[in-house]
Amino acid sequence: MTQKEKLVLVGNGMAGVNAVEHLLKLAPGKYEVTIFGSEPHPNYNRILLSYVLAGDSKVDDIVIHPFEWYTTNGITLHTNQTVTDIDITAQTVTSDKGITVSYDKLILATGSNPFMIPLPGADKEGVMAYRTIRDCEIMIDSAKKYKKAIVIGGGLLGLEAARGFLNLGMKVDVVHILDTIMERQLDRPASKMLQEALEDQGMNFLLEKQSAEIIGDKRVTGLKFKDGTVAEADLIVMAVGIRPNVELAKKAGLECNPGIIVNDYLQTSVPNVYAVGECAMHRGVAYGLVAPLYEQGAVLAKHLASVETAPYEGSVVYTKLKVSGVDVFSGGQFVDAEGTKAIRVHDEFSGIYKKVVIKDNKIIGAVLFGDTSDGTRLMQMIREETDISGMEKTAILKDNSGSGAASGVADMSDDTIICGCNGVTKGTICSAIKEQGLTSVEEVKNCTTASRSCGGCKPLVSDLLAYTLGTSYDKNAAKETICSCTEHSRDEVVEAIRSKGLTHVREVMNVLGWKNEEGCSKCRPALNYYLGMVNPESYRDDSTSRFVNERMHANIQKDGTYSVVPRMYGGVTNPAELKRIAEVAERFNVPTVKLTGGQRIDLLGVKKEDLTAMWEELDMPSGYAYGKALRTVKTCVGEEFCRFGTGDSMAVGIAMEKRFERLNTPAKVKMAVSGCPRNCAESGIKDLGVVSVDGGWELYAGGNGGVKVRVGDLLTTVKTEQEIIEYTEAYLQYYRETGKYGERTSEWVHRLGIDHIRDVVQDEAKRKELCARMDTALSVTKDPWRAAIDSKKIRQDLYEVVELT
Amino acid sequence: MSVKEEQLVWVEAVSYEELAFNTGKTIRYQGEEVALFKLSSGKLQAIQNRCPHKDGVLAEGIVCDEHVFCPMHDRKIHLPSGLVQLPDTGCVKTYSTKLQDGIVYIGFAKAEELAS
Ligand SMILES: Cc1cc2nc3c(=O)[nH]c(=O)nc-3n(C[C@H](O)[C@H](O)[C@H](O)COP(=O)(O)OP(=O)(O)OC[C@H]3O[C@@H](n4cnc5c(N)ncnc54)[C@H](O)[C@@H]3O)c2cc1C
Ligand code: SF4
Ligand code: SF4
Ligand code: FES
Repeated sequence: MTQKEKLVLVGNGMAGVNAVEHLLKLAPGKYEVTIFGSEPHPNYNRILLSYVLAGDSKVDDIVIHPFEWYTTNGITLHTNQTVTDIDITAQTVTSDKGITVSYDKLILATGSNPFMIPLPGADKEGVMAYRTIRDCEIMIDSAKKYKKAIVIGGGLLGLEAARGFLNLGMKVDVVHILDTIMERQLDRPASKMLQEALEDQGMNFLLEKQSAEIIGDKRVTGLKFKDGTVAEADLIVMAVGIRPNVELAKKAGLECNPGIIVNDYLQTSVPNVYAVGECAMHRGVAYGLVAPLYEQGAVLAKHLASVETAPYEGSVVYTKLKVSGVDVFSGGQFVDAEGTKAIRVHDEFSGIYKKVVIKDNKIIGAVLFGDTSDGTRLMQMIREETDISGMEKTAILKDNSGSGAASGVADMSDDTIICGCNGVTKGTICSAIKEQGLTSVEEVKNCTTASRSCGGCKPLVSDLLAYTLGTSYDKNAAKETICSCTEHSRDEVVEAIRSKGLTHVREVMNVLGWKNEEGCSKCRPALNYYLGMVNPESYRDDSTSRFVNERMHANIQKDGTYSVVPRMYGGVTNPAELKRIAEVAERFNVPTVKLTGGQRIDLLGVKKEDLTAMWEELDMPSGYAYGKALRTVKTCVGEEFCRFGTGDSMAVGIAMEKRFERLNTPAKVKMAVSGCPRNCAESGIKDLGVVSVDGGWELYAGGNGGVKVRVGDLLTTVKTEQEIIEYTEAYLQYYRETGKYGERTSEWVHRLGIDHIRDVVQDEAKRKELCARMDTALSVTKDPWRAAIDSKKIRQDLYEVVELT
Repeated sequence: MSVKEEQLVWVEAVSYEELAFNTGKTIRYQGEEVALFKLSSGKLQAIQNRCPHKDGVLAEGIVCDEHVFCPMHDRKIHLPSGLVQLPDTGCVKTYSTKLQDGIVYIGFAKAEELAS
């Protein structure tokens, strides 16, 4: 057995670990790998920190390689350890904890350090950078205590940080030394458009301001500028640039200027020592984005695996601003200069701006604002130096035919990185498409992670599908199948259930030729819903096709316990009920009792084996807080008590909740009733919101206060309380019959159009039919908690835990 | 990898008849928690009741053919091998089962095995 060579990586970050991952695939067993990292975490995706800060992801979600990956691959990992010395003659590295490891090959991937402006007072508490999970956690924590943040630096990173603070409920000023933000990525018009869009979101800009001093006692209280003015702040984040982290390399005598100098194979000036990532300086450039780091890593990995590789010759970079909800794209050389000409489109009505810079008949750069769909195609043309002399100039921005682009991907080498965020190459995507029979961008995403992060590469992935599958891929038809088990769309399946008289889940899958005999976790619940919707009276619900919460009739929590929410019609309760809830909570040692956003009580942390006994003692109906069903009807106090009220919102809410409780719907449904347009029950952001107005009631449809906030559209105005119920019946039944499983009314209303839905429910004949079918659907529902209490079989099948001795 | 038959303790668990198809049963034994499944084919499968991703309880997952989908974040796990399916990775411990006179037995490693 030959001795393995020793490979040591300093820096457990994106660039280094990616190179090692590649290397392990190319030459498994060639090296014995040791990794040192200063941070306590396994390798994580730094660019997604902004999503964590913005509240869209959790720290755990952005881990790329969990600890077990290192173990499975036989890698020795030293986290929380900083390498402090390299002995280049003895070929060893030593850490601050005193561990010394020898190497045959050494990779430095130490990244960079945020640059901190040496202002007086910069050492005060509350002054920080934005680079690591730790920084992110500090920012999130501070937002709980403090109200006002200042971000110094109006670049990409500064704006993402500022957006994060807004999401965390803080006020934020962005201080920038120039009069245009993101000047390194945007030209003046685009920069001003972006500023306006961000101002609309609540960001405040202090432009052309030079910081002079950070004021405060122990903790920062404000920022003073050269012009003498002061801005208040409880927290200051500096995002003014990064410096390659070369302290270690310099100490060891590696040539640095300012990054560690590397050649086209990432070799430094010292034999057997390599550098990759932000700390490296290649042909005079140190990159600060991930896509080029992955390209470097791929070359380095091949070199170390002794696989033939083309040299790394530098990268053309592009950027997208994430999290802000504003579409901005910029790539290549986008500033006008001598010898360049530009094509510009500026549509002030739609807020769209596009600029393409051309030199010697080639596109060399582009800036897009508002509509960035051309981005990937333009980048392609920049990278390939496409000659555009034969092209209609205005068509450069309009050519969306796809044929041009598809032939573009054909010319790319298999190593070309398609998804910059996750480092997925063309080769990986194409073989996944072929070997696993993928047919949609969604499937490619699930299978290879390409386009999972910023989504900028979706058009390229689509082109690759077209290129690999040929004519069988039609992206325009883009038939949305229920899931990858079938070629059929939702409408085709529902039609087949109706016309062929299909009666159970297995039968549907059988008759319609499902690829997996028993389907998957996506289609099984969908089919179960459609069958129940079509045949409410005869269909026997299939509990094995229900998602856990709907099968157990309680919400599963991350530790496997459940939460229990009893029904409280209209959010109205009484002392006896409250007492009973309190007693039950005590008797079952419920760890947490919480009021929900839907005006009821949540008992959290209940063991599954306790559920049925607890329900029995509660003696209240299930609140369906877990289901794709009617959740709550939120009410304000209304005319009974409120001096502004014109309608009895509580009574109407209670009546609605009693009418529609236990109704299965494509996705959860929340309703609200407010006694006047002051809208204290938030009727504007509910699936159906009712508002009392002088002489009647307004019904708002398709509102949503969740992931994508949407204000409801006015569906209709009615006079009586009876009509509220009638129109709601028709509306909800129409949603049940035409909605896709999992589709909220906000998406459904958007898809069908409020005018169409209004036409349907206002047409008396259609409304009566819908109401009749709703009546049937409601007539067969039963309280699931009662059913479980009454049936030994249900209790045994679903809730029993067997303890063996 | 696999523990030899003779090193197993066969523990009597539940009646086969009383197990519902495609519905996991949570079983605890000496600090271990097992999810036991009776598949549509009638076959029995037992795996550790902890998803390698974030400790999701697998007994409550949707079962399709020979796979269970974790109820937490939908990782797909192959029951006979315990392997997490692509694009995710990882594996779950599997347990041997046997059926005798209508009773399901689960094979646990002998105590000293567990301790090592
Ligand atoms: C909030 C944020 C958002 C971003 N958004 C984007 C984006 O949208 N698109 C994009 O392309 N890029 C983005 N970036 C930039 C991108 O994250 C970096 O380019 C990339 O992470 C650099 O990788 P790296 O491996 O070179 O450095 P890092 O990921 O920083 O890894 C270096 C690691 O080495 C460790 N280390 C340093 N010295 C030592 C030592 N002596 N011993 C042991 N360990 C050491 C460090 O602690 C660190 O963990 C963003 C960056 C941030 C901070
Ligand atoms: S919505 Fe109107 S009626 Fe209801 S509580 Fe508010 S102010 Fe009073
Ligand atoms: S309760 Fe809702 S908002 Fe809160 S963490 Fe869970 S999913 Fe997110
Ligand atoms: S815990 Fe199982 S998928 Fe996350």
